[in-house]
Amino acid sequence: MTAEGYLLRGGRVIDPRRSLDAVQDVLVRGGEVVSVSDRPLAADGARELDVSGLWVCPGFVDLHVHLREPGDEGKETILTGTRAAVAGGFTSVVAMPNTRPPNDSALVTRLVQERASAARLARVFPAGAISKGLLGEEMAELGELAAAGCVCFTDDGRPVMNAGLMRRVLQYARALGRPVMVHEEDLTLSAGGALTEGTWATRLGLMPIPRSAEVTMVARDLVLLEEVGGHLHVAHVSCAESVGLLRAAKARGLHVTAEAAPHHFTLTDEAVAGWNTDAKMAPPLRGAEDVAAVRLGLADGTLDAIATDHAPHGILDKHVPFAEAANGVVGLETALPLTLALVRSGVLTAARAVELLSSGPAAAFGLPGGHLAPGAPADLTVINPSAEWTVDPHRFQSKSRNTPFAGMRMVGQVVHTFVGGRPVWFEGALGKESS
Amino acid sequence: MKPRARQSLLTTEGMSRADVESIFVRARLHARGLETGRSVRALEGKVVANLFFEASTRTRLSFERAAKALGADVLNFTAQTSSVSKGETLLDTVRNVEAMGVSTLIIRHSASGAAYLASRHVQCAVVNAGDGTHGHPSQALLDAFTLHERWGALDGRTVAIVGDVLHSRVARSNLYCLLALGARVVFAGPPTLMPVGLEELGGRVAPSLDAALEEADAVMVLRVQGERQTAGYVPSVREYARLYGLTAERAAKLRPGVLVMHPGPVNRGVELAPEVADGPGNVILAQVSHGVAVRMAVLEACA
Repeated sequence: MTAEGYLLRGGRVIDPRRSLDAVQDVLVRGGEVVSVSDRPLAADGARELDVSGLWVCPGFVDLHVHLREPGDEGKETILTGTRAAVAGGFTSVVAMPNTRPPNDSALVTRLVQERASAARLARVFPAGAISKGLLGEEMAELGELAAAGCVCFTDDGRPVMNAGLMRRVLQYARALGRPVMVHEEDLTLSAGGALTEGTWATRLGLMPIPRSAEVTMVARDLVLLEEVGGHLHVAHVSCAESVGLLRAAKARGLHVTAEAAPHHFTLTDEAVAGWNTDAKMAPPLRGAEDVAAVRLGLADGTLDAIATDHAPHGILDKHVPFAEAANGVVGLETALPLTLALVRSGVLTAARAVELLSSGPAAAFGLPGGHLAPGAPADLTVINPSAEWTVDPHRFQSKSRNTPFAGMRMVGQVVHTFVGGRPVWFEGALGKESS
Repeated sequence: MKPRARQSLLTTEGMSRADVESIFVRARLHARGLETGRSVRALEGKVVANLFFEASTRTRLSFERAAKALGADVLNFTAQTSSVSKGETLLDTVRNVEAMGVSTLIIRHSASGAAYLASRHVQCAVVNAGDGTHGHPSQALLDAFTLHERWGALDGRTVAIVGDVLHSRVARSNLYCLLALGARVVFAGPPTLMPVGLEELGGRVAPSLDAALEEADAVMVLRVQGERQTAGYVPSVREYARLYGLTAERAAKLRPGVLVMHPGPVNRGVELAPEVADGPGNVILAQVSHGVAVRMAVLEACA
């Protein structure tokens, strides 16, 4: 079936990279986009799909996903995680290295790549560790990791507290042409904390994490970046001041990119009411001003990507008192409707929303895909922007259920996801050949 | 108390004046019963379990005394939380104990929200006997009851809560309870141990300890939780005692009739000078004896 390809007929094609937003036909064949045209294309043996009323977008790219394999297969595997990815419209994901063992060697990188190839769903780009064992002490063998295919370096989940190491990693990674992705959290400021400093932390009796824990580290790393060059990528930006620092740094021409997670642009710390451990993550949910600033940063280009920080956990990690619960929420299968909510509320244009999910992240890390032009890989996400549904975590493709959005009404649903021209998610279900 | 399938006492937040006063009415009755040795055997045939995952002597004894005075059988469980799978232990323990036919679980735990979490996984009533730095509702009720018995009413009175507010579940629970009864609450303590948002919750932060003491009708002195919790927040316990303790000098400046309270156990010479702990105005032992009567009222409501 794949051999003949697909003709997507009459959809609203949004390709932010070339400012295209129009009803067009798209023909994919042989793993590539063959033709995008405002004149009706001949099917010429391809299977025709009527996608009128739907949006045809470049496949979504998530720069920040925890697939948990190797080591925590009870929470997620590369297979279940990439099922969740394609269900959420993501054709490419960057897999964080905080597995067990961590991805600080080419052996682990290859294992991730092999499992991803076997799954035949989303493309998986491994992220390599910054430091050996993610301990924040000695630099990992970044050259070997890059050669094995790691697309960035990060100790995500943990900050690089050692400024000297951070400076040298920026220098070293620059020569390898890879971004250094940072989880910004000064552990001396966040120590013992469980929720952002504010009335909710005080009410719930949770030790506060001041916003300065993130902001001072963003400031530090921008100073280092300005001094030594390289490419800094700031993960899951959650504070208004961080957005401000990034905006100023970009204006000065620094090579910095940044992402925000749907939970940080949707929820405030109030979502933790009732010690809801499904709303516990690092960085924590912040206040309304921070949510507004992150949204503005997404709109004005300060932030380059929406990334889910998909972090599966089971009940052993979540059905415990809040302070003891693991950080993280699953996000792949709810990112699209949460992003579209920003379109409906006037924060983002449709084109900007699609950009933040596809070409923005692809460009930030130099990944293939992210656009819909002849010759591009046939990674496509077809969405129904007005389909309504209710989040039922038990229907997730992900192995884990830890979402703060359970029971919430969502608008916007993924209809088809094509990876390399193959319909891995088709008519709202796993594609036959991939189930 | 929040209406639930089975009445539980998890927090004082959201309690109305009527909720609190109905506890007081029963507590007054129980206090008389304790004096005369003729208590209402309201829990005859019921089983109450004391689940103390965190060490405590007086609160556990107080609840045990209250439950027995009401005629209940009491199961006692004490365990230090282990470093692994604490939550699993918590939920497994509460489900197991419930399965023994317990009508009320009294839970003390070092983590905020623990009693609430437990209440979501059992059918029986849950009484929060202190959860982390979140709440200690029976303590707040007995504190307010003590003031109520002294003053007749709390309306318009000012209660100063002084010390390590950041780590204090007693401070939080008292705030809501005192506000519900029409009192004003002013906080004072080391700035590093003052959580943000107290004003939004209805309290006020005094510019200094002396300013708070000056306007107080009662002073609640919070316990210094020991070196562990104050380490890094204040230079030393010695300096804390000097700058933020209720010393004899400070106590001497209190207006006549000002009540001095402490949730116990007192670190004599740290947050409270010995002569102040035993001095005029102290109602610390009255708090303890009222505690039994108030907890009887609580258990009666949560059986």
